[in-house]
Amino acid sequence: MSSEKAVKKQTKLDEVMTRDEALHWLKIMLLGRAFEENAEELYNLGKTHGTMHLSIGQEAVAVGIRSALKSTDYFFNTHRGHTHFLAWGGELNGLMAEFMGKATGVCHGRGGSMHIADIKKNIIGSNGILGSSTALSLGYGINVQLKKTEQLILVIFGDGGANEGVVHESMNLAAIWKLPIIFFCENNSFAMSMRFKDAVAIKAISERACAYGMPGITVDGNDVLAINKAVKDAADFVRAGKGPYLVEAITYRVRGHSRSDRQNYRTREEVKEWISKEKDPIYRFAKLLNLSDEDVEKFGKEAKLEIKKALEFAENSPEPSIENIEEGTYA
Amino acid sequence: MREITYVEALREALRQSMEKDPNVILIGEDIGVYGGSFGVTVGLIDLFGKERVRDTPDSEAALIGACVGAAMSGLRPVGEIMFSDFVVDAMDQITMQAAKTRYMFGAQVTIPTVIRLPGGSGTGAAAQHSECLENWFVHMPGLKVVVPSNAYDAKGLLMASIQDNNPIMFFEHKLLYRTKCDVPEEAYTIPLGKSRMVREGKHITVVAISIMVSKALEAAEILVKEGIEIEIIDPRTLKPLDDAPIFESVVKTGKVLIVHEAVKNSGFGAEIAARIADSPAFFYLDAPIKRLGGMDIPIPYNRYLERKAVPQVEDIVDEARKLARNEF
Repeated sequence: MSSEKAVKKQTKLDEVMTRDEALHWLKIMLLGRAFEENAEELYNLGKTHGTMHLSIGQEAVAVGIRSALKSTDYFFNTHRGHTHFLAWGGELNGLMAEFMGKATGVCHGRGGSMHIADIKKNIIGSNGILGSSTALSLGYGINVQLKKTEQLILVIFGDGGANEGVVHESMNLAAIWKLPIIFFCENNSFAMSMRFKDAVAIKAISERACAYGMPGITVDGNDVLAINKAVKDAADFVRAGKGPYLVEAITYRVRGHSRSDRQNYRTREEVKEWISKEKDPIYRFAKLLNLSDEDVEKFGKEAKLEIKKALEFAENSPEPSIENIEEGTYA
Repeated sequence: MREITYVEALREALRQSMEKDPNVILIGEDIGVYGGSFGVTVGLIDLFGKERVRDTPDSEAALIGACVGAAMSGLRPVGEIMFSDFVVDAMDQITMQAAKTRYMFGAQVTIPTVIRLPGGSGTGAAAQHSECLENWFVHMPGLKVVVPSNAYDAKGLLMASIQDNNPIMFFEHKLLYRTKCDVPEEAYTIPLGKSRMVREGKHITVVAISIMVSKALEAAEILVKEGIEIEIIDPRTLKPLDDAPIFESVVKTGKVLIVHEAVKNSGFGAEIAARIADSPAFFYLDAPIKRLGGMDIPIPYNRYLERKAVPQVEDIVDEARKLARNEF
């Protein structure tokens, strides 16, 4: 039950996934990146309204998690969840249209960037209230436990959400009931403007795991394989009926918290370091695949083309009808 | 037919719902062997086991969140908040999650969960264990709010609530728990959004909520001796609100008194008054619309102060008398 323990031994790619699988995940990372860069552009052009939370530079977390789990498992997303949605198999067109508030959006234009769900694909949705999904995940855990289906639930929260009281209650309840839940802290080093080190008096969120009687581990959040391995270990533990598990991945939020962030709490140099090819999770993963920068750029162009098509789909989609504005309030 | 208490009626509704549907589970504090703070769940853990009758630590946010998530996943959980006041610790899960998730996600999910909330003053439990908070939730789109005033309604409304596909705030009044009335043994439901004509009368329409229904009935016995016939309507659910019978009654009587225990200021009575004023029934009013509700203070501990803080039978009698005599 060591909490601070980082994965020391470097995992090799072929121990974890085939080259084709790895290429698939790399393309998903690029697709997520392209989606979010496009989202920024749309916002700057005034083509979309409302805010958004970008996970540029954090793409390894999304594919690291998804590649370690099964499509029958349940996934609770965060408000910074576009790439997670794509990694979990959510439709790009539905995501784009939702982002644009269109009727063809996966939530019919009701949710927008912050509330995206695809229930049929077990993407139970992103949440605008930090840490709150941890409590919702308990209910899915109860259902799985009652029906003995061997599924598990992975619920994400950030380093900000980790400090919400409901996370404490939920981890404790999951532990006493031995619910099949992986609590995953995507620690991107900032809760809006507050640095992680200023928000807690410990070194890692995973240190808290022992307080609930569950294992906890912290891994490099820009390393797909490290995340994959940690989540696989957690999944084995959880599926064996041993109760919940806490995984923390340390990454870095390259963009501001949301569109209105003035970013006066950090330097450009610091950000520059994190967008370097040495630290960028996409280039790091590509290196493991022995791909050149040119290869990455080529795949990146393909991703942009996909985004362009999805945008065309969204732009040509109708607005939700005003007459049905109340639809969905009550069942 | 046999007479049983409000507590027994609720328990029977839970038991029959659980027998009928394996997806119905209970989640709450001390609801297992202890049987719930007010005894509503006594014996259910023996019948259904601890997997379906889940005792939780003191974690209102997590237990309500668990209900909401379980409901999204296909179960029909019934959560219990030990005292309705403690709902404050679960407000996010109720207002931001249970109420909104279906809408936000474009109707991809349904959230069939019932949250049971024992509330009300009169037990000497003071400010943090005695509030009537039902109106808070009327103001949150996506929730339904149920306020049973007697054992018969308690059973039928709870069974209907468990079968409903929406999140439901089910407010029980602690002083009603020991009250009895005829309750059928077989399972039955009372549709949500259907008010009850409790007593017919021609002089004043009294809209009474929860425990105020029995107080209004007592007041009616006194008033009838003075030749004042009040008509009592129990909305039974505040959301959806069956307002048409209220309008019809007002058209008949021309006078209306609304009574609830919750604080009068911005209370549900204001909504009913506004709806009457907003409807053609307005033209039939012969007097200002009157309201009785809790004082604008926390519920005090001292028994005399506590009694004074919320409407009593004599307050209803006084107010009705004044209305009858055109003293307003």
